[in-house]
Amino acid sequence: MSQIHVTTSINGDATEFLCEAEDTLLDVLRDRLGMTGSKEGCGTGDCGACSVTVDGRLVCSCLMLGAEAEGREVTTIEGMATGDRLHPLQEKFIEMAALQCGICTPGILVAAKSLLEKNPDPSEEEVRYWLAGNLCRCTGYDKIIRAVMDTAADLRRAS
Amino acid sequence: MRYEAPQSVEAAVDLLAGAEGAFVLAGGTDLLVKLRSEMLEPDLVVDIKRIAGMKEITPEDGGWRIGAAVSGAEMGEHAGLVADWPGVVEAAGLIGSTQVQGRATLAGNLCNASPAADSVPAMVAANATVRIVGPQGTRDIAVIDVPESPGKTTLAPGEFIASVFLPAKPKQGGDAYLRFIPRTEMDIAVVGCGVSLVLDSAGKVTSARVSLGAVGPKVMLVEAAAEAILGRALDDSALEDLAAACSAAASPIEDKRGTVDFRRHVAGVLARRAAEIAATRAKGETA
Repeated sequence: MSQIHVTTSINGDATEFLCEAEDTLLDVLRDRLGMTGSKEGCGTGDCGACSVTVDGRLVCSCLMLGAEAEGREVTTIEGMATGDRLHPLQEKFIEMAALQCGICTPGILVAAKSLLEKNPDPSEEEVRYWLAGNLCRCTGYDKIIRAVMDTAADLRRAS
Repeated sequence: MRYEAPQSVEAAVDLLAGAEGAFVLAGGTDLLVKLRSEMLEPDLVVDIKRIAGMKEITPEDGGWRIGAAVSGAEMGEHAGLVADWPGVVEAAGLIGSTQVQGRATLAGNLCNASPAADSVPAMVAANATVRIVGPQGTRDIAVIDVPESPGKTTLAPGEFIASVFLPAKPKQGGDAYLRFIPRTEMDIAVVGCGVSLVLDSAGKVTSARVSLGAVGPKVMLVEAAAEAILGRALDDSALEDLAAACSAAASPIEDKRGTVDFRRHVAGVLARRAAEIAATRAKGETA
C-alpha cells in the first residue's frame, strides 16, 4: 500500500508528510516530523501526555490517525513558546517547580493553555476536572493545579 | 490497512459494503484503542467526518438532529441542545477526559455497544432514534434497538449511523442521567440510569421513560419503573416504588467493581435521584 500524502498546518507552519494509514498523529509527530515534545504514555487516551489541539480542540494525538490531519490546524507543545520566550504557563511551571520527571508536562501545558483560552478564570475544581485526563505518575498534582491557577491570575491581571 | 475519507454518504456506503473488515471512523476514541491492541485488524477504515452534515447539529421537527461525528464537547457548547436535553448532554459529557470529549460521539458510544455506555441510557430515556444508511437505503430505528449484545449491534454489513435524532422536548418535560463510579472522573459506569418525564400542572407524571445501563448485557428500558410513577406526584412513596422497580429489573454481573446486590441497590438509588432532577427540570427550574 502506498503511503498517504497529508497537507496540514502544525503550529502555524504549512506542513506536508507521508504516513501509513495506521500511523497515529502522535506517530507522525514523533517519528516522521521529529517533534518529540508530545509523549506517548499509554497510547489509549487515558494519560493525556500526547495532548495537542486540532482546529482549536484539545485531543489526544494517540487517538487520531495522521491521515485525519489533512487540512486541519494542529498545535503542539513545540508551538507554545515564542522563540526563546516561554509561555507564561511554562515560566510558572518552572518557577513553582510544578514538574518532577517531566513526562506528563508537555501534555499538561497544552491542556492547561487550552483551558485558559476558553476560561480565563477557572475555579480550582474546574482546573482539576479539565486536567482529569492528564495523569502525572509522580503525583505532583497539587503544584500543577496551583501553577495553573496562579498563571490564570497573572494573565487576568495583565489583560 | 487502507484509509478513505469519502465526501458523500453514498461513497461511504459503497466503500463499507465493498470491503470485508471495513470500519467506520468518526471520533475514533474506541476504534483507535482497538487498532492499537490488535483487537481489530481492519482492511479499510472509512473516515466519515468529511461528509456534509456529520459535524452538524440542526433543528428538525422541534427536536435536534445530531450528526454522527459531533463530539461531546460540541454538544456541551450548543445552548439549544443543552436547554432541551440536558440529561443527554451531561451523559455524553461523562465519557472520558476533556481530550476524549473533543472527539467522542453519541453514535460511536452507541455502536461500541458497551452495556455501560453512558450516553445510551440517556438517549433511550429521551426516546431518541438513529438514522442508519446502508446498501439498502436509509432507515430510522430507536436507539434501544441498536445494541444486540456486548460489543455487537443490529446494524447489517455496510450500514452505519449517519445521525442521532432527539425528538422535540415535551412541554413540562425534563430529563436526567446519573451514574455511579468509585472515582470522581475518568471511569466506567458501575450502574447508569436515565430518566425522562413529563409533569402536568399539578405535578403529576403524565409520561415517563426510565432506562438502566451496566446492569445487564445491554442497556434496558424499564417499563415497570415508568408505570410505577405514572399518574402520581413524585413523593417519597412514588420514588420508593420507582427505585424498587429499577432494583428488580437490574440483572447485573458481579465483578471487582460491584457486587450484584450493590448494583441492584444503586440502580434504585440512581433512578430516584435522576427522577428528582428530571422533575425539577420539567418544572422549568435548574438542576
